Parts: sequence; C-alpha cells; structure tokens
Amino acid sequence: MPLLERRFTIKANDFVKAGEVSIEVQGILKKIGFDPTLVRRVSICAYEAEMNVVMHGGDGEMMLHVEPEEIDLVCSDQGGGIEDIELALLPGYSTARPEHQEMGFGAGMGLPNIKKNASSLDVYSRKGEGTRLIMKFEVGDEH
Amino acid sequence: MTMKLAELVELLDAEIVVGHEKRDLSFEFCTASDLMSDILRGPTSGSILITGLNNTQVIRASVIANVAAIVLVRKKRPNEDLVERAKEHEIPLIRTPFTMFTACGKLFEVGLRGIDELL
Ligand SMILES: Nc1ncnc2c1ncn2[C@@H]1O[C@H](COP(=O)(O)OP(=O)(O)O)[C@@H](O)[C@H]1O
Ligand SMILES: [Mg+2]
Repeated sequence: MPLLERRFTIKANDFVKAGEVSIEVQGILKKIGFDPTLVRRVSICAYEAEMNVVMHGGDGEMMLHVEPEEIDLVCSDQGGGIEDIELALLPGYSTARPEHQEMGFGAGMGLPNIKKNASSLDVYSRKGEGTRLIMKFEVGDEH
Repeated sequence: MTMKLAELVELLDAEIVVGHEKRDLSFEFCTASDLMSDILRGPTSGSILITGLNNTQVIRASVIANVAAIVLVRKKRPNEDLVERAKEHEIPLIRTPFTMFTACGKLFEVGLRGIDELL
C-alpha cells in the first residue's frame, strides 16, 4: 500500500509555472517527515526532470509514488524524444537554446545530476515518441 | 566563520528587497554562479547564493536546493515576479551595487568561505 500517490501536469515552454511541481513534491515529502537530505535529493531530481520537460520535451506529467521505504518519480512527456540517450546522459551535452542559457540553464548537467542523486534512473525515449524518466529513491540508502 | 544576513547587507552596501524579518539569519558558506546547475549540484544547502541571474527560476532552483538567501549583483532590479516568488517561498532577496567579483572578494576578505570546503 503506497503512503501517497500524486499526479501533476507539466506544460511545455511555460516558464512562469516551471518548477512549481517540484516545489510541491518537496513540500509533500517534507510534510511526511522524510530526512532533509533525502527530500533535497528527490526535489533536485524532480526539478531537473521538470525543467527538461519544459525546455526540451513537450506537455507532460510527473507521478509521485511514496512508500515508507521507497520514493518513486516518473516524469514523462509527449515531446520530440531523445535520439541518443547515451549521449544525452554525458555531462556537458546539451541542445538547450540561447533563451534557456540566458536563464542559466543548458550546462548539460541535468541528467548526470539525476543519476548522481537517485538510487536508480531509467530513461526511455525514442525520437518523435516522447520521453519517460523513472527515478527511484530508497529511503536510507547511502548518498 | 558565521555571519548574519544583517552584516552581509552592511558589508555589501546592499538593500533587502525581501526578508527584512530574517536579518538575524546566520550562514557559513557562499556560492557564486550564473549557472542553475551550480545551484543544483553542489552542497549549496544553507549557503548564500551570489548571482547575476534575474529570473523567477533562480528562486525556484534556490528553494529546491535549500539556499538560505539570494544576493543579486550589479544593481540589478529584480523583476516583479521574482520578488513575488521570493515572498511566497520566504527566501531573502538582496541587491548589491557591486559586481560578482567584488561582492565575493569583500565576503572572502572578512573570512567567509566557499562551498568547496564542504566537498
Ligand atoms: N524530456 C526531454 N525531451 C527531449 N530531450 C531531452 C529531454 N530531457 C533531456 N533531453 C536532451 O538531453 C540533453 C541533456 O539534458 P540535461 O543533462 O538535463 O542538460 P540540459 O538540460 O542542460 O541541456 C538536453 O539538452 C536534450 O537534448
Ligand atoms: Mg536539463
């Protein structure tokens, strides 16, 4: 039985709202009373994934699934997808546009940062078919 | 060393835009960057962020990373949405006339250190 399950929608290119989903996720996990370091790790991954949907993906959603021993985030979108996932996971690789760089994004460290902070990361994507990230966090793992 | 927000404000000739009630907030480490990924990757929790980024996302990234306060350099006037979001999330927002280099130098000179020491 999950403690909690929530679904949030994310809109492509909406920089006014971008990040709000992740801040809501952060609030929910804080309120449940998870360790602050774990909450920070999950929130950072949520934000990196959410911003990727907004900047590179299309309209999408974030699912939060909470159990006493595990937190799962599934972030998916119906955008253009990723042609070469291995390349996208390399530190520094980015196709961010100048307007994203002006805002401080586009260092190409988002997916590597998710990999660093999550207990596990799976990326499913195909060019033209959208992207799905499955991020798992084991409560109490060493990170 | 630790410093209070009020002392930083004085040292940097700064103006508190949001967070007057948090003048007693104390902190130990600073980070300076115009890159979101620096905010999101380092041990920035509880640190002061010195930045030239003047957009709403700098507030959201800072909230996500538990940054203690944001210092906007070079006399930048924060846009209205940024101010509203800083109020919403109760994160102090400060403006200094100094450039990033000078602001960092002044804080380093009195003994504050970067988050490198936490790595
Ligand atoms: N949801 C997505 N849809 C399409 N492409 C994506 C998505 N997420 C990531 N990418 C691709 O992977 C690259 C690397 O992502 P990331 O590591 O977060 O760096 P950045 O966001 O700074 O570009 C992006 O520039 C983009 O080309
Ligand atoms: Mg990214």
